[in-house]
Amino acid sequence: MIEIRWHSRAGQGAVTGAKSLGDIVATTGKEVQAFALYGSAKRGAALRAYNRIDDKPIINHAKFMRPDYVLVIDPALAYTDDITMNDKETTKYIITTHLDKEQLVSEIPSLQDKKDRVYVVDCVQISLDEIGRSIPNAPMLGAFVKVSGMFELDYFLENMKRVLKKFPQKIIDGNMRAITRAYNEVK
Amino acid sequence: MPKEIFELNEREVWDGNYAASQAMRQARVDVMAAYPITPSTPIVENYGAYVANGYIDGEFVMVESEHAAMSACVGASAAGGRVATATSSQGFALMVEVLYQASGMRLPIVLNVVNRALASPLNVRGDHSDMYLGRDSGWIQLDAFNAQEAYDLALCAFKIGENHSVRLPVMVHQDGFVTSHTAQNVYPLSDEEAYNFVGDIQPVDDMLDFSRPVTYGAQTEEDWHFEHKAKQHKALMDSRSVIDEVFAEFKKVSGREYKRVESYMMEDAEVAIVALGTTVETARVAAMELREKEGIKAGVVAPRVFRPFPFDMIRDALENVKSIAVLDRSSPGGAMGALFNEVSAALYTTPKRPLVTNYIYGLGGRDFAVEDAIEIFKEQKANADAGHITTPIQQFSGLRGPKLGFFQTKRGS
Repeated sequence: MIEIRWHSRAGQGAVTGAKSLGDIVATTGKEVQAFALYGSAKRGAALRAYNRIDDKPIINHAKFMRPDYVLVIDPALAYTDDITMNDKETTKYIITTHLDKEQLVSEIPSLQDKKDRVYVVDCVQISLDEIGRSIPNAPMLGAFVKVSGMFELDYFLENMKRVLKKFPQKIIDGNMRAITRAYNEVK
Repeated sequence: MPKEIFELNEREVWDGNYAASQAMRQARVDVMAAYPITPSTPIVENYGAYVANGYIDGEFVMVESEHAAMSACVGASAAGGRVATATSSQGFALMVEVLYQASGMRLPIVLNVVNRALASPLNVRGDHSDMYLGRDSGWIQLDAFNAQEAYDLALCAFKIGENHSVRLPVMVHQDGFVTSHTAQNVYPLSDEEAYNFVGDIQPVDDMLDFSRPVTYGAQTEEDWHFEHKAKQHKALMDSRSVIDEVFAEFKKVSGREYKRVESYMMEDAEVAIVALGTTVETARVAAMELREKEGIKAGVVAPRVFRPFPFDMIRDALENVKSIAVLDRSSPGGAMGALFNEVSAALYTTPKRPLVTNYIYGLGGRDFAVEDAIEIFKEQKANADAGHITTPIQQFSGLRGPKLGFFQTKRGS
C-alpha cells in the first residue's frame, strides 16, 4: 500500500488534487482512497488531504497514516506545519518553494537528516505562469508523477484531460503545461 | 423517463455522498424534500442538479426545516410517489417527530443518514449519535461501511421498504466524512440494471386514488393504538426474510453479497469485535494483522441491518467466541452502550454465554486507528485466557486523560 499526505491551505486544491490523483490511479486498475481533514475550514486555513493506493480493496478507514510521500503545496507550511509527523525512513517529501533545495533544508531542522529524500519545485510560480492563478495542486501532481515513477507522463496527461473535461479548453491546456513543467523542473 | 442520459463508467471514484445520490437518480426518485445539512448536503444537492439538468424526472421540494422536509416526504409518499431525502445530526434530531409518523403510517420513504455527532458541544464530524436516536422510530436501518455499500444499500432500501409485505420506511446509514467525503473505487450498476432491480413503485392506498379515499394517521387512543404498534413491530420483525431475499437478488445483478449480519474471519475466532460503520473494516485490518503476526484468532462481526435487530444471527455468529468487545460510537448517556446491551441480550440466551465488554470510542469524529483495534483485541485475548473479564466492563478507547471505566464482572474472577 502506498500512502500520501498532502499539506495545503483550504482553497489551494489539495482535496481536488487528491481526488484527481485517486481518479487517475483507479484507471490503472488499482484501488484508491482520497480524503481530507477539514470541517468548517475557512479559505487559507491549513488542511491535510490523504491518498491510499493498493492492489486490493482498501478497508483501513483511519486518518492515521505513516506516509510514503508528503506533498506540501503551500511554501509556508513547510515551516509552520509538522510535515514530518509519523514519517518513515523512506518517506519522500515534495515541497513547493521558490528556494533551492539546499537553502530550504537548511532552514527546516526536521528535514536535515532526510535531505536525500527531499524534492523541491515551485508549484506556485508554475501555476501563476501557466494557469494564471495560484493553484499549486496540478503542478504538484506533475512533480509526484516524476518522483514516484508511478506513471508515464503522457498516460497521466491523457487521463488528467478526462478529469478536467468540464473546464474550458484554456484551463485544460494551462493545467497540461503546468503538470509537464513541474515534471521537468522538480529536483 | 429522464430526458438526459448520465454517462457512467464501469469503475468510478466516488465518495459516499455522490454514490448515494447516484442511487437516488437511478431509482428515479419522484420527490425529494430536503433541508441540506453537513455532511449529507451533497446528496440532496446532487439530486437537485440531476432534476435541473434533466437526468431525472422528479421534483425537488425546498422546505424551511428538516421537520418540514420529512413532513413533505410523508405527504408525497402517501400520495403514492417514490420518495427519498437525506440528513444528519441536528437535522435528523429535528426530523424525529415525523420519523415516527412516517413509520406509523407505513410509508416506504428512504432516508440517507450521513452519521454525525449531536451537539452540544457543536461538532460536524462523524459518530453514531443520530443513528442511535432513530433506533426506536420503527424504521428499517441499513448500515454501510464504505461508499460502495452506501450506493448498493440505497438501491436495496427502495426494494425492501416498498415491498407490500413490508411497507416501512428505510434509513441507509453511512459514516460522516469517513465515508461521505472519502472517494474510493465504486462499481455502479448501469442505469437499466439498477432500475430493473429496484422496479416500479406499486403504491398501496395512495391518496391520489380519488376513487378510493383513505385516511392516514387517524386518532386511535387506547382502543386501537396498541394493535397498530404491535402490527408495525411485527412488520419490522417479518421484514427480515424480505431483506434476505432482496440481498440475494442484489447479489444476482451485482455479484456483491450482503447479509443481515456480516462476519469476517469468524470460522475459528477466539476473540471478536462487534461494531458498526467504517470501524468494521478498520477492525478487519487489525484482525488480519494479529492473525499473521501474533497468532491471535481474531474476527469481526457487524450488524448490516441495525433494525430489525438481527438477534438470531448475532447469536449464531458469536456464540462460540470466548471474549467479545462491542464498540459503541455514541455517548451512552448513563448506561452501557446500546449495541453492547443488544448483543449481550442475544448472547445471554446461548448455552456458553461468552464474555462481553463494551468500548465507547470515536465520538465527534475521534480517529479510530488499526492500533486502537489491536489493543481492544488484545484485551479480549487476555480475558479469554483468564476465563473472566479482566478490565472494567465499559471502557473508553481513544479518550485522552485518565483511564475511564465502569463496572466489574461478578463472574469467574
